[in-house]
Amino acid sequence: MSAESPAELQFENLERQRYAATLGVWVFLGTEVMFFAALITAYTAYRIYFPEAFSQCSHHMERWVATFETASLLTSSLFMVLAVHATKLGRRPAAALFLLLTVLGGLAFLVMHGHEYWTDWREGGLPGRYYHLEEIRAAGAPMFYASYFFTTGLHSLHVLVGIGLICSMIKRTIQGTLTPEKHNLLEGVGLYWHFVDMVWVFLYPLFYLVP
Amino acid sequence: MSSAEEVSYLFAQRGWRSWFFTHDHKRIALLYLAVVSLMLMLAGTFALLLRLELLTPEKTLFEAVTYNRLFTLHGVGMVWLFMIPAIPSVFGNFLLPLMIGAHDVAFPRLNLASWYVYVVGALIVLGAMVAGGTDTGWTFYTPYSTTTPREVIPVLFGVFVIGFSSIMTSLNFIVTTHTLRAEGMGWMRMPLFVWAIYGTSVIQVIATPILGITLSLVALESFLGTGIFDPARGGDPVLFQHLFWFYSHPAVYIMVLPGMGVVSELLPTLCHRPPSSYRSIVYSTFGISFVGFLAWGHHMFVSGMSVVNAAFFGLASMLVAIFTAIKIFSWVSTMYEGEIVFNAPLVYLLGFIFLMVFGGMTGVALATVGLDPHWHDTYFVVAHFHFIMAGPVLLAFLAALHFWFPKMFGKKYSERLSLMGATITFFGFFATFTPQFLLGNMGMPRRYYSYPPKFQWLHVASTMGATVLAAGLVLTLGTLLHALIWGERAAQNPWDSRGYEWDTATPPPEHNYEIIPQITRGPYEPAEPGSARVG
Ligand code: HEM
Ligand SMILES: [Cu+2]
Repeated sequence: MSAESPAELQFENLERQRYAATLGVWVFLGTEVMFFAALITAYTAYRIYFPEAFSQCSHHMERWVATFETASLLTSSLFMVLAVHATKLGRRPAAALFLLLTVLGGLAFLVMHGHEYWTDWREGGLPGRYYHLEEIRAAGAPMFYASYFFTTGLHSLHVLVGIGLICSMIKRTIQGTLTPEKHNLLEGVGLYWHFVDMVWVFLYPLFYLVP
Repeated sequence: MSSAEEVSYLFAQRGWRSWFFTHDHKRIALLYLAVVSLMLMLAGTFALLLRLELLTPEKTLFEAVTYNRLFTLHGVGMVWLFMIPAIPSVFGNFLLPLMIGAHDVAFPRLNLASWYVYVVGALIVLGAMVAGGTDTGWTFYTPYSTTTPREVIPVLFGVFVIGFSSIMTSLNFIVTTHTLRAEGMGWMRMPLFVWAIYGTSVIQVIATPILGITLSLVALESFLGTGIFDPARGGDPVLFQHLFWFYSHPAVYIMVLPGMGVVSELLPTLCHRPPSSYRSIVYSTFGISFVGFLAWGHHMFVSGMSVVNAAFFGLASMLVAIFTAIKIFSWVSTMYEGEIVFNAPLVYLLGFIFLMVFGGMTGVALATVGLDPHWHDTYFVVAHFHFIMAGPVLLAFLAALHFWFPKMFGKKYSERLSLMGATITFFGFFATFTPQFLLGNMGMPRRYYSYPPKFQWLHVASTMGATVLAAGLVLTLGTLLHALIWGERAAQNPWDSRGYEWDTATPPPEHNYEIIPQITRGPYEPAEPGSARVG
């Protein structure tokens, strides 16, 4: 056997342990899907109740900024794929570089999104009793913003966590503990990152592209 | 090492750190057992206080608000602190690895973390109780829960935290079941209790996040006035009910499926006969897990629902009853022609089946759209869910505790006292809730601390029943504590069970098995002569 660390006691071998870790990540992502499903259900209910307000508010959003946000997340996902691939091949510098680019994509997303929140805050596009956006008086507009802030807020939190995880992967890559045999750790983080990305792919049309 | 020299998990390591930082699933199970039993006693005390208040038609002991807080604490405590974690966290934890022939669960550290998260959640809930106490009932219906002057958010937050503990444990169990079964254990060779725990875990991971989000939305509503569930701000309180019951109806199966697993697992041993149909039990578990997700609307027949929807939810609910009935028939036919020995676990199981039958039939009656408005929000519903959920979970928990007590602690308990405890507990339970069916049918609404005098005799009867129930539980607790300290050493396999968990020493050594066993037989088949089975 190579210098690989042995599997934990409860696993027959490392392969089984890896399989368990991957399965764990998938089940975890399943629970994450349900978190967002509940929020999207609430969104759907209110969009049906207040079609007019949802359309007006959506038009008021900074659609272009959001499009760039989408692009930067999608690109970062691509870099994540490349990073996993490079790790499997044992190309550590390349892997570190790709991970860094992934993080940058995530940061760009957060910066742009923070800018959006800031604008909304200034203009008064806020949830519930804090709503005071002059242009849109349609009933249900505060509801749109409640749904928007809570859903995208939870998503941004996920992006933040993802960035933290990827940073720790960079550290491991540089230290050399992320060997080709142990790539499944990175693969788990990668799955999570793709998931976060995919959620955004749903949120983007829901909040920015209402006809 | 010969088995005589093997040190059991109880004494393999010493000192409090070896317990509070343990990664051993068996020790974690005992940590859960301690906390969960404490919660049962606390929530039970609240229930007794409620029953005392209801002895007289007007104020007996408490103000109305205090009464409301008490029933909230009783409900929240019993549902989230006792019934949901009880059987999976204690017996699932202890037995799942033993039953599938594994050294531990897949993620031992996550398992310990889950216990801490649970304890933190429980402390938050209890702290919130001391600090203010909420008066909404365990259902937290909006808009009341967002407008009541009492502090709801800390309690919501505690429940939210506990939800994460459920998710962590379930995730662990799912992965364990998939990846750690010993060689030769195909899916159709898993013990029925393992199936039940697996099914429960799947429901948990799907349903619990919905509860988390729903509770957070209520909290945000109080903080920011988002109005999502507040009709005065254009929100929809019925949406809250949909989200809440989308979790909470499946949650009733989260609570009762593990109990059903206990019954399915113990009956073959106690009746000395293989289960009459392994497959029907397994498939009905699937059925319940699936259809359980389609029935939530039956809590909302009077909340404004179209006739078509009501008919759908009514029928879907009745389907659940069919799957439950399949299990009951299967249990009864296992007992039929079995060699039944009357002992404490068996009395608990019989009580379980009895309550299931009557609770289930009243459920079908409630799911009948035309009948529900008469009973909705009355004591009839209270009696229904205590018959089908509270009672069976309690009885299954105690059955499991007695049956596996020797395995867990290596001690024998007094069969005579436990049999008495079991019988008293069952009759106390029956006497508490049977009058409540009558009360509900006569029109007594739930969650009131005063009532018209004509109801008094039934309330008194119910309170007397509750006293008997409490006496039974205290006797049982005393018996088990006595056994724990002074009990004789238990035999290796005192029930003469064929369950895999008895294949290792009693109580098991730290890592369960020295060598992972090869499974060459079905879970309820006798061991082949000459095989390595102990006892
Ligand atoms: C056998 C199939 C079942 C059917 C058809 C059924 C039907 C119903 C219906 C229609 C209600 C609503 C009554 C109302 O509020 O007006 C109800 C309430 C309830 N049921 Fe069942 N039920 C069944 C099984 C169960 C099981 C197995 C459990 C628990 C393990 C359970 C726990 C509850 C609870 C906790 C409530 C009341 C919740 C509350 O309002 O606080 N039911 N049931
Ligand atoms: Cu239900």
